[in-house]
Amino acid sequence: MTRRELKSVLLVPVATWAGLCLALAATAAYAFLPHAPVKPVVALVIAAFKVILIAAFFMRLDRASALVRITAAVGFLWLSFLFIFTFADFMMRSAGA
Amino acid sequence: MSQSAQLLHEPWPDRPRETEGYVFAMWIFLATEVLFFGALMAFYAVNRWAHPAAVKQAAAHSDFWFGTINTAILLTSSLTIATADRALEHGLPRLARVALWLTLAFGLAFLLTKGFEYRKDLEDHLWPGPNFALVAIGARPFWGFYWIATAVHAVHVTIGLGLIVRLIILSHRRMLRPRQASMTVTTLYWHFVDVVWVVLYALLYLVGRA
Amino acid sequence: MRDTETPQAAPETPKPAKPSYLADGHTVASWIFTTDHKRIAILYALSITVFFFIGGAAATLIRIQLFTPHNTFLTAGQYNRLFTLHGVVMVWFFLVPSIPTTLGNFLLPLMIGAKDVALPKINLLSWWLYLGGAVLTIVCLVCGGVDTGWTFYTPYSTLYSNSCVLLAAAGVFVVGFSSILTGVNFIATTHMLRAPGMTWFRLPLFVWAIYATSIVMVLATPVLAMSLLLVMAERVFGLPVFDPRFGGDPLLFQHLFWFYSHPAVYIMVLPAMGVISEVIASEARRRVFGYQAMVYAMVSIAIIGFMVWGHHMFVSGQSPYASVVFSFLSFIVAVPSAIKVFNWTATLYRGQIRFAAPMLYALGFLGLFTVGGLTGLFLAVVPIDVAVHDTYFVIAHFHYIMVGGTVSAFFAGLHYWWPKITGRLYPEWWAKFAAIGMFLGFNFTFFPQFILGYLGMPRRYHQYPAQFQIWNVLSSSGAVVLAAAYLLPLVYLMWSLFAGRRANANPWDATGLEWTTASPPIRDNFETPPRVETAPYDYHDPDIGPTQPNQPPRQPQAAE
Repeated sequence: MTRRELKSVLLVPVATWAGLCLALAATAAYAFLPHAPVKPVVALVIAAFKVILIAAFFMRLDRASALVRITAAVGFLWLSFLFIFTFADFMMRSAGA
Repeated sequence: MSQSAQLLHEPWPDRPRETEGYVFAMWIFLATEVLFFGALMAFYAVNRWAHPAAVKQAAAHSDFWFGTINTAILLTSSLTIATADRALEHGLPRLARVALWLTLAFGLAFLLTKGFEYRKDLEDHLWPGPNFALVAIGARPFWGFYWIATAVHAVHVTIGLGLIVRLIILSHRRMLRPRQASMTVTTLYWHFVDVVWVVLYALLYLVGRA
Repeated sequence: MRDTETPQAAPETPKPAKPSYLADGHTVASWIFTTDHKRIAILYALSITVFFFIGGAAATLIRIQLFTPHNTFLTAGQYNRLFTLHGVVMVWFFLVPSIPTTLGNFLLPLMIGAKDVALPKINLLSWWLYLGGAVLTIVCLVCGGVDTGWTFYTPYSTLYSNSCVLLAAAGVFVVGFSSILTGVNFIATTHMLRAPGMTWFRLPLFVWAIYATSIVMVLATPVLAMSLLLVMAERVFGLPVFDPRFGGDPLLFQHLFWFYSHPAVYIMVLPAMGVISEVIASEARRRVFGYQAMVYAMVSIAIIGFMVWGHHMFVSGQSPYASVVFSFLSFIVAVPSAIKVFNWTATLYRGQIRFAAPMLYALGFLGLFTVGGLTGLFLAVVPIDVAVHDTYFVIAHFHYIMVGGTVSAFFAGLHYWWPKITGRLYPEWWAKFAAIGMFLGFNFTFFPQFILGYLGMPRRYHQYPAQFQIWNVLSSSGAVVLAAAYLLPLVYLMWSLFAGRRANANPWDATGLEWTTASPPIRDNFETPPRVETAPYDYHDPDIGPTQPNQPPRQPQAAE
């Protein structure tokens, strides 16, 4: 296996993996920081960052067609409908009471 | 792209279109999985929104180290399977095979770790049944979510491992090189399983610490 | 009125070199392990027919019970199990699969000029999953059935019902995956396997309809699967999810359930709309009025249909503010449907209408779907729904859409494409008779139910106050006519398989790639892969406007 081959085969996956490990360390550390603000938000934001790393570089969305990218996004968009309207109900139950 | 001739199935007119089609179809399926797990997350979100303090208290009982180690295992398994996919693409089937075996090992390690964690959770009375350890309203649904979500995830891990075993068998029969599409589609599924875990980790193991 | 009203019998068409897909293998194994989309379509057709009659049997028993006000033909518990069976079977084992898995499976590759669907083995798996779900449901039935209603509302389904909830939920869970895989297959097929020249806006509207339906199937069904999984987890493992004693919310189940089940009604109606577009264009010999609007309408319905589910929950305890939002969006989603009805009507204008059976069913669809849609709008108005929720008004509304709409369209399509699928012509006068009988029987069965609901008769009650009897008697009597009208096609269609006149490739002289190949087609659909150069529905010169008659009128190729 040549050096060039190793580079194209391993460079992107290992770099992505390193990024993911750093994110894991960061999110774990933040969780244990006493009196740190908005912990749930930070945890989800770092999780989202990890998901984007996996999707872009492991799952190759960085060079995928527009069709595949739209397909990848569409599940999340539809899920947002579920969350938005369900929470619209739960959060507005006692409004005006 | 590897030099070997790729397998073509009916009704596809040519190989590049077929690969594009299979990858597209897997992404559509992953979109369905986003909604499948997403609906489960909606349950978590509603419960946590309704009972924030109880959920914080209940989640403090999850085992941080089991969760974090498992996350590291799964992330590394994604590295190995991504390597396998690229290796096959660049005409390195032996590296692909080694990487697949590593992925299988990490996947099994994940399940094993999970098994030990389940045992500990049961010892700690964290099954929301008659001997449940916590009393706050909202604690039981959190732990109900824990068991359901991790079990459904484990089922998906197992299915993924089955797909990986298939690739390993094909590889040992020297039949993997014409099946790049199969490899790519399996790796996409496995990465998705990792994505779900990444989210679950944040919901289950980072709550109520300090 | 055109000269000939019946489709054309076969002239001296030369036999194709390859055998038809029906002759391509005669063993049972060649059928149940087939990867040919056309055979899979027939496997599905047989399966859904069985379930149609099971669901119909449940309906028959219900209508017998309701013939008199204090009937003791059935106990309350038996009645509960029967209406649940009727709902579960008719929704998931008949209506949701009906047009997509039969006509969709058969026609999608043909209409786009492909040899098969994108994933033929997954297609077969879809059918096997359907069977798996069917077996679980039949076992549930044999074990006494389930009494929760097809809606499985918690906490009754999770904590209190003594019936086989697990089996029923498992059956629906499994058949849901059949649906998901079919949807994945159809989306991939439509994107990737169109013949050269078949651009998106040259696709027949039936293909667009199946495509939109598949998007809904793929995005909605997983949420149903999870909602049922959660019910099973709570019921079997005691894991609290919806139990209010532990902080759960039964309304969460309703949100998750209806997130699927409202789009599910669009899964049931969009394919029907596709069929109607094809039949009306062909049988009026007109280009579809406003083709692009028809496409955008279907896509809008598919998308906006995901944002209206709360209109099933107006009286559940849902926030009134959320109710208003859902009500407003329900008004919006009616607009594209209405546009389609206007466009079909405009397509008929100045057409040369041939009143063969498919057109009779299609015309019936137009009227019945309009009534169903309008009453849906009434129900979208919150104060009206508060009055008629859980009454027969709602039952009448959805039966107008699902039976008056989808089943009529299904029969329209079944008759229209019967010659293509089987190579035989059905007997036209029997078919007309059945179509008219179905229309009359349907209205006699379900129109009185609007009145019943408005007068206040609740649904899911096995007995009722005596003042409602006359309407129930009308409804039950109509059901007899309707049942006969459903049985009749079974008889004459089966007869036609053995003794019907043989059809040529294009008995209706219709446009569309499926009519350019043999009836029935060969295994690979086309002798030579087609190229497309024209817009769809090329029935007349495009410069002829919607208010001008066709000039000159096209004659069918083979005179009777």
